[in-house]
Amino acid sequence: MVDTVRTETTPPRRRPPLRSIVIWTLVAVVGAVAWGVVALTRGEQISALWLLAAALGSYAIAYRFYARFIVRRVLKVDDTRATPAETLRNDTDYQPTDRRVLFGHHFAAIAGAGPLVGPVLAAQMGYLPGTIWIVVGVIFAGAVQDMIVLFFSMRRNGKSLGQMAREEIGVVGGVAALVGVFTIMIILLAVLALVVVNALAHSAWGTFSIAMTIPIALFMGFYLRSLRPGRVIETSIIGVGLLLLAIVGGGWVQDSSWADTFTLSPETLVWALIIYGFVASVLPVWMLLAPRDYLSTFMKIGTIILLAVGLLLARPVLQNEAITDFASRGDGPVFSGSLFPFVFITIACGALSGFHALIASGTTPKLIEKESQVRMIGYGGMLMESFVAISALIAASVIDPGLYYAMNAPAGFLGDSLESASQAVAGLGFSITPDQLAAAAASVEESTLVARTGGAPTLAVGMSQIFSDGFGAGGQAFWYHFAIMFEALFILTTVDAGTRVGRFMLQDTLGNVWKPMRDVSWKPGLWLTSAVVVAAWGYFLYAGVTDPLGGINQLFPLFGIANQLLAAIALTVATTILIKSGRLKWAWVTGIPLLWDAAVTLTASWQKVFSDDPRLGFFAQRDRFSEALDNGEVLPPAQSLDDMEQVVTNSTVDGVLAAFFALLVVIIIADAARVCVKALRNPAAATSTEAPYVRSTLVAPSGLIPTRAERELMAAAARGDREGAG
Amino acid sequence: MTALLGAVGRAAAGVWWYLREVSGETAYDRYVEHCRRHDAAGRVLSRREFERRRQDDRDRSPQQRCC
Repeated sequence: MVDTVRTETTPPRRRPPLRSIVIWTLVAVVGAVAWGVVALTRGEQISALWLLAAALGSYAIAYRFYARFIVRRVLKVDDTRATPAETLRNDTDYQPTDRRVLFGHHFAAIAGAGPLVGPVLAAQMGYLPGTIWIVVGVIFAGAVQDMIVLFFSMRRNGKSLGQMAREEIGVVGGVAALVGVFTIMIILLAVLALVVVNALAHSAWGTFSIAMTIPIALFMGFYLRSLRPGRVIETSIIGVGLLLLAIVGGGWVQDSSWADTFTLSPETLVWALIIYGFVASVLPVWMLLAPRDYLSTFMKIGTIILLAVGLLLARPVLQNEAITDFASRGDGPVFSGSLFPFVFITIACGALSGFHALIASGTTPKLIEKESQVRMIGYGGMLMESFVAISALIAASVIDPGLYYAMNAPAGFLGDSLESASQAVAGLGFSITPDQLAAAAASVEESTLVARTGGAPTLAVGMSQIFSDGFGAGGQAFWYHFAIMFEALFILTTVDAGTRVGRFMLQDTLGNVWKPMRDVSWKPGLWLTSAVVVAAWGYFLYAGVTDPLGGINQLFPLFGIANQLLAAIALTVATTILIKSGRLKWAWVTGIPLLWDAAVTLTASWQKVFSDDPRLGFFAQRDRFSEALDNGEVLPPAQSLDDMEQVVTNSTVDGVLAAFFALLVVIIIADAARVCVKALRNPAAATSTEAPYVRSTLVAPSGLIPTRAERELMAAAARGDREGAG
Repeated sequence: MTALLGAVGRAAAGVWWYLREVSGETAYDRYVEHCRRHDAAGRVLSRREFERRRQDDRDRSPQQRCC
């Protein structure tokens, strides 16, 4: 009996059973063979399933061995210790939640458009660099960060990352973290909104389907509020049905006289999104956000499962090269810069995403039942997101490279016609004829696919190929718009939710200066702060959409840098806590990812700020265009002096932001280093910020499937409950 | 055959349980149970009142959605 109540502090050293040795050896062999095929095959095309096998094998080994090592040795989880869900239980914020249910909530909160967009853009470097970074990055950095932040926040009754930064590092670190979170969110929202605008521009089908989600969500909101309170599943089924109808209806609208009404220019869409963002974020949650959230969660999970099944059925062959020449030359059209550091910036979500630290120190730690469950929820949840990123990379790599570059290079580079696009792609060393471009657009019933940047259209083309091959029913146009809808839907949810979070941060900060602001339901304050947040991301969105150089390739690196900066803050906080709690010998677990992340972020910002290459450095770009402007010249791809001025303004703003982000990272790491040195010199003075130990009376399994010992304990606890009650 | 049907039935019941839990449909059941446990004589909100209050609470605590 003593043996079954594992406290995890003294792991029993037993010889593993033979069956387990055999299984794990097999998993390792399959993974290793798959990696061998993926990494060593040159000059011939390989099946996408090798990528999946390599990733899944690696995830399994990492989860079984590395995550377990961290949980037992580094974090020393203790299942006899009550979690905040148990000690502070109030059945609203704090509530012990079944691990499988919490996994669903946590995954729905961390997974969004990020792991879908980044890998698509990074496919410019070939499939190999992205695959390696997504898998290695998640195992040693991303999943570790998510799990450890979740654990430390849980031990502190669910404190946020900002609060932990202030308590562990100090006011400077805390303020830097707060400013960092806010700016990142603005850039994030702008980039995501830009993805939607690029996907919907000049597409009556897409615009109509997405526009219909607003009345659908409103209907669901009223249905849930007044007709059938709390019947979420039934409401969602109706909603998804209407959504599918809206996708089909988009096809009809495109062929009807309404088509012109829904064919909008990018600028019009920007204004539509800004107005939508403002209105949505000041409306009560039940009207628009809550139903949207249900819809996008169901669509997200459903589509991910569909994509996994589709890949298995279609078994597509990768058309992309393993490593393209852009990786070393750094002159790719999708985004500038060479493999290091820019692959690691472009693919943030899916490998390492600082944003997750906000979720892991938000609601999840207040709901977790047992300390050991951080492995399944924190580490496992991030592995799942990584799997989504690999699927997106595959979807971008199964389409013809010529089409990929014709879709993802900036409009200014590709020119106005199919012929000019075909020539521009040939200039990059790939080929696609104007006829093929026209046929590709016709197969998904879009007017054109040229310069449909932002990642979403490319992913949608890849997914539509996989789905129509895998499920055999054709319907590529339907699947394309299904995929666009799926992405746009949860991006709009993120825009709404993110604007609200930004507004709350602003209200909270301003409330320190001016009391009335602190009341979050005070209408004038609510409108003002919402308007400020929307204006901030709206500015970057508008600048991105109208940028003559192409908004995505200018803004996406900034988004990546910002996201990885947040990861640096999270990993710094985690490393500081490890050192302050006397675990210097394990500090490498978060310290090495931190060093890597800092190297990546700082190199990228350095190049973005100081590079002499105008394609890469924002200020070099600014100098080049402002000199030309002084001489009255117009440099392509700009077409007028106004364009020239816009390039100058944009590159100045972007350059200042890149420098600002880098400065924040340096400040936080330097401040944390000071705190760590102090703690190491005088270990006795280091105070613990953990909540005190309370003995747990809850019984719950650690992993997905309960062990025999856990089942016995649960059965005993259930018997005890009945006896106690009777 | 009956064993197969039983297994399918259990799987369906599991999926249904999971959907209800994940979507928050069971929140009201838990609330009622919570009220009974703590104050058996106290007034229990109706489902409509409870769901309204729960929705309105979300206005005051925004939930982050990630990228």
